[in-house]
Amino acid sequence: MNKKSLLARNNDLANTKRQLEVLSNGQFASGELPTFAKKIAATNQFPLRPKKLEILQINMGYMCNQVCAHCHVDAGPDRKEIMTLKTMQECLNVIKKTGAHTLDLTGGAPEMNPNFKWFVEEAAKLGINDFIVRSNLTIIRANKKFHDLPKFFKKHSIHVVSSMPHWTRGKTDKQRGDGVFDKSIKALQELNAVGYGIPGSDLKLDLVYNPSGAFLPGNQKALESDFKKALKEEFNINFNSLFAITNLPISRFLDYLIASENYEDYMYALVEAYNPEAVKNVMCTNTLSISWDGWLYDCDFNQMLNLKVNSSVKHISEYNEELLQNRNISINQHCYGCTAGAGSSCQGVVA
Amino acid sequence: MSKTYYNPADLRKFGTITEWSEELGNKFFEYYGKVFEEGALTAREKSLIALAVAHTEQCPYCIDAYTKDGLQRGITKEEMMEAIHVGAAIKSGATLVHGVQMMNKVNKLEM
Repeated sequence: MNKKSLLARNNDLANTKRQLEVLSNGQFASGELPTFAKKIAATNQFPLRPKKLEILQINMGYMCNQVCAHCHVDAGPDRKEIMTLKTMQECLNVIKKTGAHTLDLTGGAPEMNPNFKWFVEEAAKLGINDFIVRSNLTIIRANKKFHDLPKFFKKHSIHVVSSMPHWTRGKTDKQRGDGVFDKSIKALQELNAVGYGIPGSDLKLDLVYNPSGAFLPGNQKALESDFKKALKEEFNINFNSLFAITNLPISRFLDYLIASENYEDYMYALVEAYNPEAVKNVMCTNTLSISWDGWLYDCDFNQMLNLKVNSSVKHISEYNEELLQNRNISINQHCYGCTAGAGSSCQGVVA
Repeated sequence: MSKTYYNPADLRKFGTITEWSEELGNKFFEYYGKVFEEGALTAREKSLIALAVAHTEQCPYCIDAYTKDGLQRGITKEEMMEAIHVGAAIKSGATLVHGVQMMNKVNKLEM
């Protein structure tokens, strides 16, 4: 398993233009498969437009203690891009006036940003009532200074969403790195110990399942019940919901698909599973994504492809919700990942 | 023109069999879809049965399809291999149980 990001390896795909070329060529250039624009046009859903803004998803930085094989962020310990206090202040100015009710903090490992706690406390003062932190779990065990995170999350009633690709050690460590499974189990037990995910508790702990390979996620409910049974029986772990999320063909997962000669079949499977019902609720219609350096995107995936919002306002410093809401959402073939089967979003299935 | 009898890409074209016999083709796919729905058996159990039968039938298309289906359902490789052993045990058992027929015949023919 690689311990470095594509960027640190000087991999061709660290260049977002190269990724967009791959996504536009091959089966899509030859016409064997329809482009996403063409596909949604057939059901009168082109251009894709935002609905009511509900979620501001802030990427606190690409630094992470893990180097997961499928990471769409190309995150890792060698990524030094993290949000500065100045950009955080600009985000807080926006949080004061936004109509969005949910603040979704992601990364990388958002907790690795040295000003993470300060930012959460300041945002809490502004009256955000739904706080999500996307925690990779192992960060809680990575260093003594992170050991108090479960208590910190509890203090601010943060909704914790954590990745867990499988309830077995082998499958988890293959995707996320050696030792990740045991540390994740320990972290989940610690979250349970302070009240997270316990029946009757208000502290929400959800898990995210990403397939560990070139296949789509199965039925979310069925997977949730398998996860619940296995984690409860073997480790006495409780959690609320499981979100089944499709891997989008970008960044490290795209690199894997190409290297393993699965790319064409995977794109074919995504297109074949296209569900127009899922298009209605794709997350880019109710979310805005903000990068560590304050740029605005339709979603975290467009952020990683450097496809900024199609609006005269492109940066948090000049934020104007009314102008931003009146935009066309940027799309490309990776969008098929959010519309396959029951659909996929940072909150799980959408159809 | 393909130089082999089996081409992995042909699996995707399975649906086109309806083009040359629409009614029967559609009836088959309707039946097929219904069979794999959650019933007295879970869809997960049915997927494992399908994988075992795919091997005893030695159908490469079915092996591709139900290996992927199993992964999508979170079925582990240990579970998949055990399912295949069930198929293999029945196959070998079916061969060996005919040994009784051979023994019967020997006993009948020999003085």
